[in-house]
Amino acid sequence: MKVLRGTGFFPFIIKRILTSLLLIFGMTFISFCITQLVPGDPVAANLGNSAYSDPEIVAAFEKEFGLDQPVPVQYLRYIQNLSDGNLGISLSSKRPVIDDLREYFPATLEIALIAVVIAMVLGLILGTISAITRDRLPDQIIRVLSLTGVSMPTFWTALVFFYVFFFLLGWSPGSGRLDPGAEPPPQVTGMFTIDAIINGDFATFRQAFSYLLLPAIVLAIYALGVLTRFTRASVLEILGNDYVRTARAKGLPELTVIRRHVLRPALLAIITVAGVAFASLMAGSVLIENVFSWPGLGQYAYRAAVGLDLPGIMGVSMVVATVYITMNLIVDILYRVIDPQLRKAEQ
Amino acid sequence: MTLLSVRNLTVTLMTASGPADAVRNLSFDIERGQILGIAGESGSGKTMTALSIMGLLPYKGKASGSINFDGEELVGFKPKDLRRVRGKDVAMIFQDPMTSLHPMLTIETQLTEHLRHHRKVSKGEARARALELLDTVKIPDPKTALKAHPSQFSGGMRQRIAIAMALACQPKLLIADEPTTALDVTVQAGILKLLDELRKSQNLSVIVITHDLGVLSALTNRLMIMYAGAEVESGPTSQVLTRPRHPYTQGLIDALPDSGANGKRLIAIEGMPPELGKFPTGCAFHTRCSFARSECKSGTPNKVDIDGIRRIFCTVDPFDTPAGVNR
Ligand SMILES: Nc1ncnc2c1ncn2[C@@H]1O[C@H](COP(=O)(O)OP(=O)(O)OP(=O)(O)O)[C@@H](O)[C@H]1O
Ligand code: SF4
Ligand SMILES: [Mg+2]
Repeated sequence: MKVLRGTGFFPFIIKRILTSLLLIFGMTFISFCITQLVPGDPVAANLGNSAYSDPEIVAAFEKEFGLDQPVPVQYLRYIQNLSDGNLGISLSSKRPVIDDLREYFPATLEIALIAVVIAMVLGLILGTISAITRDRLPDQIIRVLSLTGVSMPTFWTALVFFYVFFFLLGWSPGSGRLDPGAEPPPQVTGMFTIDAIINGDFATFRQAFSYLLLPAIVLAIYALGVLTRFTRASVLEILGNDYVRTARAKGLPELTVIRRHVLRPALLAIITVAGVAFASLMAGSVLIENVFSWPGLGQYAYRAAVGLDLPGIMGVSMVVATVYITMNLIVDILYRVIDPQLRKAEQ
Repeated sequence: MTLLSVRNLTVTLMTASGPADAVRNLSFDIERGQILGIAGESGSGKTMTALSIMGLLPYKGKASGSINFDGEELVGFKPKDLRRVRGKDVAMIFQDPMTSLHPMLTIETQLTEHLRHHRKVSKGEARARALELLDTVKIPDPKTALKAHPSQFSGGMRQRIAIAMALACQPKLLIADEPTTALDVTVQAGILKLLDELRKSQNLSVIVITHDLGVLSALTNRLMIMYAGAEVESGPTSQVLTRPRHPYTQGLIDALPDSGANGKRLIAIEGMPPELGKFPTGCAFHTRCSFARSECKSGTPNKVDIDGIRRIFCTVDPFDTPAGVNR
């Protein structure tokens, strides 16, 4: 393990990946413990009243899902299965959890990805404009708008947007991921837009995209508010740096000063927030999936929780934690790619 | 020949308690190839004077009066026209070389970006010029230095690079705001020597700002002492330092470490310089001046011309004796 003792760019990445894996493993334990502490009987929650009163059915159910084993054994079994990519059988859907996740997770990932792209790009532009027109009209307008975006509850925005753009204006095709009865593209990533492109089916792409856009925009609004405000603050802070004064002292056009001297360091700060914003977008998606009947992780998590579906809940926690940890990993790596100084300091 | 002529310059800044004048009614000239020193305690408005020439005053800061540079009036100049002069004809280096260079850009980018913008030279020409500049400021191994980032250099080396940056477009005026304050004493002398060499070899006019009179004595032709945003004394450096006429200048010289005989204690000026917005009326120095009289507390201090080349602003003029200071 010589590579681990190095302090260069690649040893750093390898170390970060290893710690990330360790974190995910630790997380399985914590979430397992929590589900054990939750009061409630999963058998009662999943069998009907009459089946529950039949001890034979109950025993068979417990045996099938390993519920008759002691708790530590249940956990060990879970870990063992996990290493085979087996997350167990969902108590509510009666299907392997991994299959459920394969279906529901990409749907959420798809809107979250589009939303974070919208929020990043617009947030960066609006925040920068806001900072450089500080206290003048454009800044004031952008500040009011971003404050509104941050303070509107996502669930409420979702209802209003759905009502206005679907019901009143008819611009959005409505709820779901595709027209009723339409055939989804062959699954590669599970994200319909991307799968449609891979399949060369642009009609389906357009359709999937039109369904996607409204929930993605609603999801983006909150993150957009946060990112705009954060960008404005970081750009203002960087504008006060000595090296920006040096750049201005060179008589460079203001646009060059902003682009070359201000945005690069600002990006570093913004990427950190965007990573967190992405994770919170996935959480926010849970709130709006109901409104748009979007068959994503949020709906699945809700059903698993109500059904005390232990494997289902564990699966969702795994995904959410993995997303969070992966985002942090990506942010850390991007940091070092963008900032050569930091990279040099590692060496 | 006069390169820069500043007349009645007043700089108004926005402070927490409203607008306040950080520079008050300041007038001075700089000839070509001359080095002017500006000295004064912290907060006396030295940096704001420099920034108003650059058109780089802080947010909501305003300059009024007149700044005539090489025939052009800079006060009230459009931002676009200011940018044409700035970096090309007037360049500035700042106090702290650890923060004034961009940490994420290579030395080459930082040395050449304004050259390429102002002089429209090709990338190759700009690089050749950058190598030449690094050589001028005595950076070893210029080729490697071009590819490096500022973090790879010491403070003294960074300040040399900052000077090279300032010289890139062959400016007529270089403003150095406390160029050595952040550096080790041993490094300071090298930087000052470099500035003097450049003045000679490039017929450069230089303004050196500092609160260290020792720095100025060897380097500058003329000296202006500021207090609370205004000039208190100015004249040829050697005369001002050996025979100061203003009580404040005398105080600064008494505070110099090597002014007295060995072992003599420093005599610091009592009290603190006033804060912006709270400058005393009349002669602003009257709250700390041991010669102050009642008439110092109102009106403006008298301007006293000395031999046509020096002046002080003091109503009392206590050192007006043939031998100068007499105690
Ligand atoms: N951005 C700003 N807004 C308001 N006031 C400021 C700002 N920058 C500086 N000042 C104030 O303006 C006054 C003059 O500052 P200036 O920087 O010109 O002093 P200085 O003579 O250069 O002092 P130093 O030796 O500390 O550099 C000070 O009282 C300072 O507090
Ligand atoms: S005018 Fe009065 S207070 Fe001011 S320096 Fe002269 S003697 Fe001192
Ligand atoms: Mg200063």
